[in-house]
Amino acid sequence: MSGSAAAVIATSTWARALLRISPYTFSAIGIAVAIGVSVLGAAWGIYITGSSLIGAAIKAPRITSKNLISVIFCEAVAIYGVIVAIILQTKLESVPAANIYEPESLRAGYAIFASGIIVGFANLVCGLCVGIIGSSCALSDAQNSTLFVKILVIEIFGSALGLFGVIVGIIMSAQATWPSKTG
Amino acid sequence: MYGFEALTFNIHGGYLEAIVRGHRAGLLTAADYNNLCQCETLEDIKMHLSATEYGPYLQNEPSPLHTTTIVEKCTLKLVDEYKHMLCQATEPLSTFLEYITYGHMIDNVVLIVTGTLHERDVQELLEKCHPLGMFDSIATLAVAQNMRELYRLVLVDTPLAPYFSECITSEDLDDMNIEIMRNTLYKAYLEDFYRFCQKLGGATAEIMSDLLAFEADRRAVNITINSIGTELTRDDRRKLYSSFGLLYPYGHEELAVSEDVDQVRAVMEKYPPYQSIFSKLSYGESQMLDKAFYEEEVKRLCLAFEQQFHYGVFFAYMRLREQEIRNLMWISECVAQNQKSRVHDSVVFIF
Repeated sequence: MSGSAAAVIATSTWARALLRISPYTFSAIGIAVAIGVSVLGAAWGIYITGSSLIGAAIKAPRITSKNLISVIFCEAVAIYGVIVAIILQTKLESVPAANIYEPESLRAGYAIFASGIIVGFANLVCGLCVGIIGSSCALSDAQNSTLFVKILVIEIFGSALGLFGVIVGIIMSAQATWPSKTG
Repeated sequence: MYGFEALTFNIHGGYLEAIVRGHRAGLLTAADYNNLCQCETLEDIKMHLSATEYGPYLQNEPSPLHTTTIVEKCTLKLVDEYKHMLCQATEPLSTFLEYITYGHMIDNVVLIVTGTLHERDVQELLEKCHPLGMFDSIATLAVAQNMRELYRLVLVDTPLAPYFSECITSEDLDDMNIEIMRNTLYKAYLEDFYRFCQKLGGATAEIMSDLLAFEADRRAVNITINSIGTELTRDDRRKLYSSFGLLYPYGHEELAVSEDVDQVRAVMEKYPPYQSIFSKLSYGESQMLDKAFYEEEVKRLCLAFEQQFHYGVFFAYMRLREQEIRNLMWISECVAQNQKSRVHDSVVFIF
């Protein structure tokens, strides 16, 4: 078996069914996951931080503006998702119908799909991590204001995790090259 | 699921947890206690307290002040905070918060029943009840002649009803029976609270089981020491011990047969966490035991605040505030009665 035949001919019906899913479907799901799951992570983080923040701010109002940083860190996670989703959708190109199941098309579809999954779930856990630390940060800042900067450092490291996902996701999406229209 | 409460705890509990931590920051500090211990009159105490969170509650009190007024106002603050939290709470936190007050309810029931037995005025007794343990029909407790009536007429409508199942007898109420009733109720209450916390799971279960186990063990020791030399039999004594805690079950067997304080001490010294409490006391001394237990309890309650995303902080805060009110009562009594040298005897510093 050689060339395109190897990719298309599969032993089980499941593998065959998967191969017949259009690369555009994979790409679209990848882009959706990149933005959707990132926003889920960001929102989750913001509510964890936010509910603690408003409670703690009742007795110590000075913490509110400082601790908005925690909310912004969570928000950044959603922005990573938006950026990657935009990058991924620029990778989409139309190919002639005959070339849709070419190995190169399939590869491009899988690359965009994987890239979206990587970014989405990296940002989901990153948002949770930043949110939980942000909640602890608000509570401890209310008790002792010298702790704020120290916990902020932890939070920065937490938010770097999402960036790793973004970097790998972007490199991964560089693999997405569709077959040229002439070919 | 242990360790994953962090993800969902804040949906219902985050706001209130942050509030209760804010309240904790308002507890009197060591500096406050130093100032209070230096006071010469109750007016001075009021002046020092006006700089703390108690200020608004005391500012309109006319002179001359009484110790009872100070304690009443400080308790009022705790009750206000509790009611605010209860209003904001959703299940299962609201049930948890209600559990905290059942102990006071038991104490109030016992107070009224004992008082009626000694022919005191009900109104006067009601004023002495802890406001957290009040329920609607509490005044009618005075009519009951024995436990069956007590249960049927009044308590069947209160949350305490299930705890009564173990102690419904037709015996007349006398001092001994009432004390046994108090301890049976408390045992049932602690066990129920313990089960409830286990059901909640996660960090709440872990921290609360530790705190409740300490409470159960402390009660077991107190029951043993108080029943030495009374007609309470060994089996009856064993029945009053809660069925959990560090001492359960082997420690209870040994406590049940202890005949004097030194034997209790020998039992307790086998348990490392309690060794340090008893090593502070000299032999034959049991008066300081209460204070030593309170100090250990306060230490454990403070540790509950070290972990986030659990309900133990609410329990710990209520207990710490009650301890603080006891401290204030002792300090004001000492000041009012010119016994300032004894001020440090019973004050348990919280920080």
